[in-house]
Amino acid sequence: MSRNEWPLWEVFIRSKGGLDHKHCGSVHAPDARMALTNARDVYTRRMEAVSIWVVRADQIHASDPDAKPEMFDPAEDKIYRHPTFYTLPDEVNHM
Amino acid sequence: MEATTTTASSTAHLDYVLRIGDSALILGQRLAEWCGHGPVIEEDIALTNTALDLIGQARLLLSHAGHLEGKGRDEDALAFLRAEPGYRNLTICELPNEDFGRTCLRNFLFAAFQMQLWPALADSSDAQLAAIAGKSIKETRYHLQHASDWAVRLGDGTDESQARMQRALDTLWPYTAEFFSPQATDAQAEAAGIGPAWSSLAGAWEQAVLPVLEVATLKVPAATAFLSRGKEGRHSEHMGHLLAEMQYLQRAYPGARW
Repeated sequence: MSRNEWPLWEVFIRSKGGLDHKHCGSVHAPDARMALTNARDVYTRRMEAVSIWVVRADQIHASDPDAKPEMFDPAEDKIYRHPTFYTLPDEVNHM
Repeated sequence: MEATTTTASSTAHLDYVLRIGDSALILGQRLAEWCGHGPVIEEDIALTNTALDLIGQARLLLSHAGHLEGKGRDEDALAFLRAEPGYRNLTICELPNEDFGRTCLRNFLFAAFQMQLWPALADSSDAQLAAIAGKSIKETRYHLQHASDWAVRLGDGTDESQARMQRALDTLWPYTAEFFSPQATDAQAEAAGIGPAWSSLAGAWEQAVLPVLEVATLKVPAATAFLSRGKEGRHSEHMGHLLAEMQYLQRAYPGARW
């Protein structure tokens, strides 16, 4: 069955100035303008946001879940990539 | 003589606040009917958000009206326990929703009116009313944006949506004359510095509304002598049904809380 549905948009909200936009969900809308208002109505009713981004879901290129072994597993034993081998002065104790 | 003047002016003050509060209450009740029935979930939430904004405005305004009246009636008593002629809302607010397009078009016409009213109340001699107006204008600005957007999309849309929106405008437009029909309340409220005579808002409202209707390819019907009178307490046949549903719980279970 084919349904003539509005395209899907991914919604990202910034909870306060200076913080990152974080993915919070998705909405359907015919264009960006309405995607923004729909996102406002669905995701910011309880003061969750000071800014919203919407991105057409079909414009997002995602990594292949099946490629996880070659994409991400090799990083597992590369402990030297973490900056934990430096001796830090005591004053810098929150790194 | 002094006492009579005071009474007339405080009656006008109460009447003026009730008009604004009741219009918000009744349209809020109408929009709440969309809960669970929106064309898509996003619009279902958008319309009920608007309903809750309006009911929030109504709570503040009716609490204030109860205080002005000085008979111990709170927002709930005013919202749920008055008889039909006691309500001072604009008739357009009580008309049935019909389809989504008509609902949005009514929201558009009404929000555009509120957008003229709120700034004009900013320096009201009634500080509480001015504060409520200051809070409400942000909500109304969004309602107007949302409703204008849909008026244009559906008006300048398919043949079917255009025809429905034109029918909606033909039905709703005559009720907008009531926004600006001069009443004794207006003259007294204006004289007391409470707020503008609503007739003075007509020009600015038309300037806000007409360009959007033009983009929406909708034709404004010719003016007629029809004048609805909800703000005088004389309502349409739809009001009784709306009140029966809205008041049922408080009438059946007096004082019920949850």
